[in-house]
Amino acid sequence: MSNKPSGGGEQWATRIGVILAVAGSAVGLGNFLRFPGQAAQNGGGAFMIPYFISLLVMGIPLCWAEWTMGRYGGNRGFNSAPGIYSTIWRHRIAKYLGAIALLVPLVIYMYYVLIEAWCLGYAFNYLTGDLMIGSGGEIDRLVEQAKETSSSDAQAAASAYKTFFGNFVGSNQDGFVMGAGSYGGRWQWVLAGVFTFNFVLIYRGVTKGIERFCRVAMPLMAVLALVVLIRVMTLGTPDPSKPEQSVLGGLNYMWQPNFDALLLPQTWLAASGQIFFTLSVGFGIIINYASYLRRSDDIVLSGLTSSSVNEFFEVCLGGLITLPVAFIFLGLATGEFTDSSFSLGFKALPNVFTRMWGGQVFGFFWFFVLFIAAITSSVSMLQPVIAFLEEGFGLKRHASAAILGVITAFGVLFTLYFSKDLVALDTMDFWIGNVVILILALVQSLLYGWALGIERGEEEAHQGAQMRIPRFVQYMLKYVVPVYLLVILGAFVYTDVPKRAHDIWQSPVALTSIVFIVTVLAFLLLMVNIAGRRWEKSGQMKYEDRPSIN
Amino acid sequence: MTPSALIVMLVSVGAVLTLAAFCIYRVLSLPPVEDDDLKGPLKIDTRDTEDAD
Repeated sequence: MSNKPSGGGEQWATRIGVILAVAGSAVGLGNFLRFPGQAAQNGGGAFMIPYFISLLVMGIPLCWAEWTMGRYGGNRGFNSAPGIYSTIWRHRIAKYLGAIALLVPLVIYMYYVLIEAWCLGYAFNYLTGDLMIGSGGEIDRLVEQAKETSSSDAQAAASAYKTFFGNFVGSNQDGFVMGAGSYGGRWQWVLAGVFTFNFVLIYRGVTKGIERFCRVAMPLMAVLALVVLIRVMTLGTPDPSKPEQSVLGGLNYMWQPNFDALLLPQTWLAASGQIFFTLSVGFGIIINYASYLRRSDDIVLSGLTSSSVNEFFEVCLGGLITLPVAFIFLGLATGEFTDSSFSLGFKALPNVFTRMWGGQVFGFFWFFVLFIAAITSSVSMLQPVIAFLEEGFGLKRHASAAILGVITAFGVLFTLYFSKDLVALDTMDFWIGNVVILILALVQSLLYGWALGIERGEEEAHQGAQMRIPRFVQYMLKYVVPVYLLVILGAFVYTDVPKRAHDIWQSPVALTSIVFIVTVLAFLLLMVNIAGRRWEKSGQMKYEDRPSIN
Repeated sequence: MTPSALIVMLVSVGAVLTLAAFCIYRVLSLPPVEDDDLKGPLKIDTRDTEDAD
């Protein structure tokens, strides 16, 4: 391994490229499905008050901190979290904290790629007509079945779409979709294709793979979503016998404020949680992406732009499409689906598109939008680990991609097989996608505020900056954000974790999933240990004595 | 649609649209990166695959 700083390798080719890549990483299914559900359940329009406060107090400052630390570490020769953390906090524990930043994207990828394949599979099903009632496809067969036990056609349709989703993802029994002849099993080639495509992108590299793809995919996603939005806004009142189920009625359902909800701590918790998830803070991705920037590159305006693009997809598209269109066709029954992104996205909305003129086309557009949102996120989850394998062990890209391919394939097959009630997926999502990302964000806020220091952080952030970060943001990052995160984490642990911990002992699959996560973490810690020894031996850890490379 | 719902929606969507438009305008109106600063894939070791094109 040469002494050459590994961070001197890849760099983003264009300013807009890195912004779209970071925004693509942040824009995901949560923008279109989770946000509307959270708003509806927590005060409707009133939800936006704590939402925007959390964005300004916690979300954007934390993003700036991640961008700053990432570029700081990248300029000192590291692109992976273990290396970057070591440049910020000169303590041997620092690199092990970086293992958490590898664990989060790695494990999330293992189930996220599955959901991504569902989106593409549903999009294909719209092309073939299988999801449109009356087309003679699979859904017609399920509707006929459901009619035997349903009191109305509407109830039969709702039941059929639930069954379709269950068969598609195999939530009826473990190993269901791997069984010959199952409907979902017939679509596993989509999963294989999506999995492979992610690795093709990552194999091509940061510039030729991720950046080029995001520069096409992000505008395409915006255009398709705008087409769907225009269709929704021109629906009028599809059923004249139900005049309240109109476009204005749908918008009212989403945005009607219930200010009493602001008195409930749960509303504030939900809003800050949503901001946290939507900006991909604590995923270990922004810090990796920012490490490919030159010292002279702007990060303040770029960070704010990528956050605002993400907000555009969430508030302006997700907020105006998902719940309004569901209400227009399903009325108050929409409320039954808002507690789960999967219910809203994969059970309620197909039932909506089948009733809409041109629903087959718009259904395809919608699920293709979700697929693009998902793949721009999933590909970003692979890069932090690829970067670690490359700089930690001196591996070439094909070798690191192959190793990562084997590891993630094992995890994907695990999640795919243990599909009953989606327990494995749900367990991984809760512990990694909810709890551990909070811990990682807390670690990163402490690293920025207390290890790097706000004086040095402010100076570093403003290198090449096209706008200034207000001074008080630095104090918020040092004092307010860690406390804010601790409160969220504490409340989360108090309200949700005991039940989840209890569930682990009740379900062998949930327990196995936890063992799987712990095994992956142990493996990563071992890898970090070996990589750390290599860095010390090769002199790469003496970064302070070395001028920054750009 | 009630007036309060309309106001909340317009303020929320308007604020986000304004911020996004301002940021994108600022980014797109920045001068291009100096040639000396440009490090294209041919000048740096990108570690991208050689046959990617």
